[in-house]
Amino acid sequence: METDTRSPIARVRGLGSAKEGVQHWWVQRLTAVALVPLSIWFVAGVVAMTGAPWAQAGAWIGRPLNATLMILLLGLGFHHAQLGLQVVVEDYVHAEGPKLALLILVKLLALALALAGTIAVLRLSFGAAA
Amino acid sequence: MSAEPAASGGLRPRPLSPHLQIYRRQLTSVLSILHRATGIALSAGALLLVWWLAAAAAGPESYDRFSAIAGSVPGRLLLLGWTLSFFYHLANGIRHLWWDTGRGLDLPSVYRSGYAVLAFTAVATLLAWVLGYWARGV
Repeated sequence: METDTRSPIARVRGLGSAKEGVQHWWVQRLTAVALVPLSIWFVAGVVAMTGAPWAQAGAWIGRPLNATLMILLLGLGFHHAQLGLQVVVEDYVHAEGPKLALLILVKLLALALALAGTIAVLRLSFGAAA
Repeated sequence: MSAEPAASGGLRPRPLSPHLQIYRRQLTSVLSILHRATGIALSAGALLLVWWLAAAAAGPESYDRFSAIAGSVPGRLLLLGWTLSFFYHLANGIRHLWWDTGRGLDLPSVYRSGYAVLAFTAVATLLAWVLGYWARGV
């Protein structure tokens, strides 16, 4: 029995009622896969630098490879977090006004924090703080 | 999945959300909500990462201030919570990715992978902290 009530063109486009299809789901998975090695690298690095003085920690962050990985971690990590928090807000906050406000806040905050972290890494990388 | 009531002629019973007061928790549901909880915790903990980077970029005095706060007892407890959340979310996230391939979804496998995630979280957290204290030389 045919139970699909979508029109043939809607079925082909596969974008659903929110008009974005599986984009959210897919990007969450893509960032998750990338974050597996990145986050393990980060935790291993931080554990190895427990109690290290500023000169050593700053030099470690500023090294080109580490700085690159750290900026990737910031970008992908905050993007992943923002996607997850979006779903949490959508699930639990039902009043339209507060929901919209929280969603905007979460997304802008994630962007701002990723940017702030990236600038800190670049500053260490280009030696302005040394 | 409840069967369709053949003779009642009524609507098919729709799935209901659990009634939290009388809901009997199981490993599956607890691990599921823990994934969300640790995700929220890690998002909040990411502030710590940015703070660490900003403190390092600002110079030795800021970095020492950060180290003192992170190394205090409340700071260490927070970091312990962060470590637990991280390893849980990492392992359970990989479990989710595995499920996304359509594998491991029968009940015995789900329980087995669930216990494996808990064991990994405990062992990895312990290992990270032992290595951290070792690196610190205390």
